Amino acid sequence: MFATFILALRSAGLPTSVTEHLALLNAMRSGVCDYSVEDFYFLSRATLVKDERHLDRFDRVFAEVFKGLERPEGEDHELMQQLPEEWLRKLSEKILTDEEKQLIEAAGGFDKLMEMLRQRLAEQKGRHQGGSKWIGTAGTSPFGANGYNPEGVRIGQDKSRNRSAVKVWDKREFKDLDGDVELGTRTMKLALRRLRRFARQGAATELDIGGTIKATANNAGSLDLKMVAERHNAVKVLLLLDIGGSMDDHVRACEELFSAIRTEFKHLEHYYFHNCIYEKLWKNNRRRKDTETTTWDLLRTYGPDYKVIIVGDGAMAPYEIVNPGGSVEHWNEESGKVWMQRITRHFRRTAWLNPVPQDQWRYSASTGMLSEIMEARMFPLTLEGLDGLTRELAR
Amino acid sequence: MAFKSTASYIATRDLEVAVNAAVALQRPLLVKGEPGTGKTVLAHEVSRALGMPLIEWHIKSTTKAQQGLYEYDAVSRLRDGQLGDERVHDIGNYIVRGKLWEAFEADQQSVLLIDEIDKADIEFPNDLLLELDRMQFYVYETRKTVVAKQRPIVIITSNNEKELPDAFLRRCFFHYIRFPDRETMEQIVQSHFPDVKQELAREALNVFFQIRGVNELKKKPATSELLDWLKLLMIEDLPPEVLRSADSKVVLPPLHGALLKNEQDVHLFERLAFLSRRQPQR
Ligand SMILES: Nc1ncnc2c1ncn2[C@@H]1O[C@H](COP(=O)(O)OP(=O)(O)OP(=O)(O)O)[C@@H](O)[C@H]1O
Ligand SMILES: [Mg+2]
Repeated sequence: MFATFILALRSAGLPTSVTEHLALLNAMRSGVCDYSVEDFYFLSRATLVKDERHLDRFDRVFAEVFKGLERPEGEDHELMQQLPEEWLRKLSEKILTDEEKQLIEAAGGFDKLMEMLRQRLAEQKGRHQGGSKWIGTAGTSPFGANGYNPEGVRIGQDKSRNRSAVKVWDKREFKDLDGDVELGTRTMKLALRRLRRFARQGAATELDIGGTIKATANNAGSLDLKMVAERHNAVKVLLLLDIGGSMDDHVRACEELFSAIRTEFKHLEHYYFHNCIYEKLWKNNRRRKDTETTTWDLLRTYGPDYKVIIVGDGAMAPYEIVNPGGSVEHWNEESGKVWMQRITRHFRRTAWLNPVPQDQWRYSASTGMLSEIMEARMFPLTLEGLDGLTRELAR
Repeated sequence: MAFKSTASYIATRDLEVAVNAAVALQRPLLVKGEPGTGKTVLAHEVSRALGMPLIEWHIKSTTKAQQGLYEYDAVSRLRDGQLGDERVHDIGNYIVRGKLWEAFEADQQSVLLIDEIDKADIEFPNDLLLELDRMQFYVYETRKTVVAKQRPIVIITSNNEKELPDAFLRRCFFHYIRFPDRETMEQIVQSHFPDVKQELAREALNVFFQIRGVNELKKKPATSELLDWLKLLMIEDLPPEVLRSADSKVVLPPLHGALLKNEQDVHLFERLAFLSRRQPQR
C-alpha cells in the first residue's frame, strides 16, 4: 500500500524520496497520530510534501489511492503483494535518484528495502488489527486504471466512483498554490522574480580594504577589519534557442523573459540553432550567414562557468540527433548527440527549457533522447519548471 | 507530552500532527505560510507546551551558517596580541558560541527557532545540513567536537523568498499554515481577546474577510493585522454598528490603517468605495 502510494506520488511529479518514505513509517510506528485516516493524511502530508505548490497534487493522489478506504466492507488485500516484484523494482530503478539508490544499497539493496517495507507493514498490521483500516484496504488498485502506461503509474480514472462523504483531501484547499500551470501574463511577473533571484545569487561579503585602512588608522593602528557585501551579480548565462519551428512563439517569449532582466546578469549571451545543435550556431536569425559562429568557437569563448539554457521543443526525427548527416538543413559530419555532449561536458551547468507541456513529452521519442543526453535536466516552461531550472543551474 | 492547541494559540489538527511528528522523530519542522499567520509564535507555543526553553535565531540576509555554530573573533585576538594581553595565548577565549552551540550545550532539551531562513544566502541551509542531521560539529580552532547533549527541537520558518535545497527539505517535516477559515479565526480572536464584545468581533471579522476577498490587494491583511485592528477598535470603544454597512456597499473601515498598510491598497479601497457609492440603489 505504502509503496503504491509513494510511487503514485512520484509519478504525479512529487519528489518524495526513500528518506521520507522511511520517515513516514517511523512516524507511524512512534504513534504520534491517532489511527484515523485523517491523521494519517496529515502525517503523510507533513512527511512527504515539502512545497505548498505540491499540496493539491498530493490531495488528488491521496484521494485516488486511498479511495474507498473507509468503506466498512473493504476487502482486505495487500496491494504490495499484488504487484510483481520485478515490476516494482524496474519502476523504482527508473524513478529513484542516485542518492536514493545508494541509500538502498547501504541498507542492503533493493530486496532489503522491500523486505523492510513488508516487515514494517506486517508490524503495523499485527499491532492495530481491525483498528486502522489504512493498510491494505485499497478499494481499487490505481494500477488497474484504464490504460497503464509504462512511463509511470497512471492515476486518475473516474473519480466519482466510490466517493463517500467529502474528506479533507477531497476539498482541494491548496489548489491555488499549484505552480504547474503554463506561463501567462499573470505568471510572467512571478517568473521574472524567480529569474531575478537566480541572477542575484551569491551575495558574499568581501574585505573593504579602504574602510579597513581608515578604521585601523582611527584605532591607532589596532586592526579593525571592515567587510562590505559583494555587489555585482555573478551569474553568466548562455541562451541557446531553437528557432524555425512550431514553437517559435514560445521560444520568443522565453527570449523576452530573459532579456527583460538582461542587466541583472553579469553576462547574458544568446545564439540560435534549428532543432538540434550541430557544428554552427548564429546570433541573428535574419542575417544567419553573417552572424554564424562555430560551436567549437562557442566552447572556446565561453568558460565552463557559463550557465547554459537551451530552449526548444526537442521534437524532431530521432536520426536528427543520432545520425551523422541527420540534420534537415545541411550535411553534418558529426551527429547532434556528439555536439550536445560536447556542450554538456564543457559547461558545468546546463539545462533544457521545453515549452511543450510536460505531459506530452513522452509522445516524442526525440524529446526523451535529448532529456537523456541532458541527464534529465529538461524543464517545462512553467513557474515550477523555472524553479527547477534555476535551482539546477544555481547548484 | 504532546503539543496541542491551547487557550493562547489555536493550532489546527494538521499542525498538531506535524509538530508532534517532528518532535518524535527529532527532525526539523519547516513552517511556511502567509506573513502574520503565526509561524514565529508557533515556536514560542511549542516551547511553552513542552516546557522547554526557547532559543531564537533570527536570520538576516547577511547571516552565515557558521555564525550559528561559532565565530572566531580574530580581530579581538589581534588587538589583544598588540596590547600584550595574556588571554591571547588561548584561542578558546576568542571562540564566540552561536545559537546552535547554545542549544547543543544546554542542560535541558530546548526548542531552537531558526526564523525566516529564506532571508539568508541560498547556501545557508546546505551549510547547516550536516550539523542539524548529526547534531554535532567540529571546532577547527580548538580541535574539539561539540555534540548535542540532547537534540533540540528545531522549528524553521520561511516566507518563501528563496527556494530551499532538496537535500535540506528531505530531512524536514513540512507544514504550510493555510490561512485560517472563519471558524478558526473566531477562535484566534477569542484567544487574544477573551472579553471582546461578540457583536464587535463578528462585525470586524465580516469586514476583515470582505477585505481579504479583494484579490487586487498588494498585501492582504493577515491574522496579525486583524488582531492589531481589533485592539484599536476596542481601545477606541467603537460601537459595532459603525462596521456594518446597511447594504453591501464597500466602505473604508474605521482605523483601516491597521489593516491596509500599503498606500496603493488604501487607494484601491477608496476607489472601490467611490464606485459603490455611485451605483444606483437597488
Ligand atoms: N493560530 C493562532 N493562534 C493565536 N494567535 C495567532 C495565531 N496565528 C497568528 N496569531 C497571532 O498573529 C500574530 C502574528 O504572528 P507571527 O508573528 O508568528 O506571524 P508570522 O507568520 O511569523 O509572520 P511573519 O511572516 O510576518 O514573520 C501574533 O500576534 C500571533 O499571536
Ligand atoms: Mg515571523
